[in-house]
Amino acid sequence: MKVEQDVLQKNDRLAAENRGWLRARGVTAFNLVSSPGSGKTTLLERTVREAGLPATVIEGDQATDRDTQRIRAAGARAVQINTGAGCHLDAHMVAHALEDLDPERDSTVFIENVGNLVCPALFDLGESAKVLVASVTEGDDKPYKYPHMFRAANLVLLNKIDLLEHVPFDADRFAAALREVNPRARLLHVSATRGDGLGAWYGFLRDRPTSA
Amino acid sequence: MHELGIAQQVIEIAAERSGGARISRIVLEVGKLAAVLPDALRFCFEAVSEGTPAAGAELQIVEVPGRARCRSCGGSVELERPYGRCACGCSDLDWLSGEELRIKELTCAPLADATANTITTTTMTTS
Repeated sequence: MKVEQDVLQKNDRLAAENRGWLRARGVTAFNLVSSPGSGKTTLLERTVREAGLPATVIEGDQATDRDTQRIRAAGARAVQINTGAGCHLDAHMVAHALEDLDPERDSTVFIENVGNLVCPALFDLGESAKVLVASVTEGDDKPYKYPHMFRAANLVLLNKIDLLEHVPFDADRFAAALREVNPRARLLHVSATRGDGLGAWYGFLRDRPTSA
Repeated sequence: MHELGIAQQVIEIAAERSGGARISRIVLEVGKLAAVLPDALRFCFEAVSEGTPAAGAELQIVEVPGRARCRSCGGSVELERPYGRCACGCSDLDWLSGEELRIKELTCAPLADATANTITTTTMTTS
């Protein structure tokens, strides 16, 4: 029996529905991906406080609602998705979370994916753009090691740039690796704790980019 | 381990198409650039197919090579991994193939008959 069906078709269809749902409300959604410990939540805490954008957050973690509590303490509404055994968010989980979250018109939704640079690359959630957060406490060869995720990113934030002088990370090597794997991605150096580069990040958000 | 979820999707789609009939073979196209490991997928498939119409089915994986066109000079590039460089030096590549993750074909074996029965129906293309 000929079948000819994409295995991820169901997720892709649900992601397209999410995209339509968001567009109808004028909401821009960003899918934040990274390895564990890159500083996504710290970046989001500061972003919801400072960026001057009405924003809500969907938090994805295997377990606990610790990040949701941090985001709420920073002043934004947030819903938690616990994936349990799952290693990534999918469009179905995000559809439910969006209904719970009920973001206001023309606002921004941040979807903080599970810390994992492998699996989330395959699962479209219906976001406007993927933002990959890397940090200088990781290896500067990360784009070569996780090329699918770096290739899928529209923007790469190199975080913890305040620690650069204390670690062997070579920012030029990182930029060259990123150019090789994804010459179209934008790269910004930021420090979510000290504040470096955050103006450019907020500018990116205010431009409301949409990925192709 | 997204291969586990992918194996579940493969079985779900196959069972839907077979109408519950026992499945003896699934032909799956996996692109070389698809971020899916064939060995891990086979392992997961065996584990999650138990108790489904796909239990014991042969999972035939057809690997699709990665090919791209250079956005700068239009040259053709073969990709062994999800990035590369054209002979002209440009790394901005438009992928033409290698991202496939698609069920091509199913072979069902009716319960009453041990003989495998391949049915060809109208091709339905989805993207």
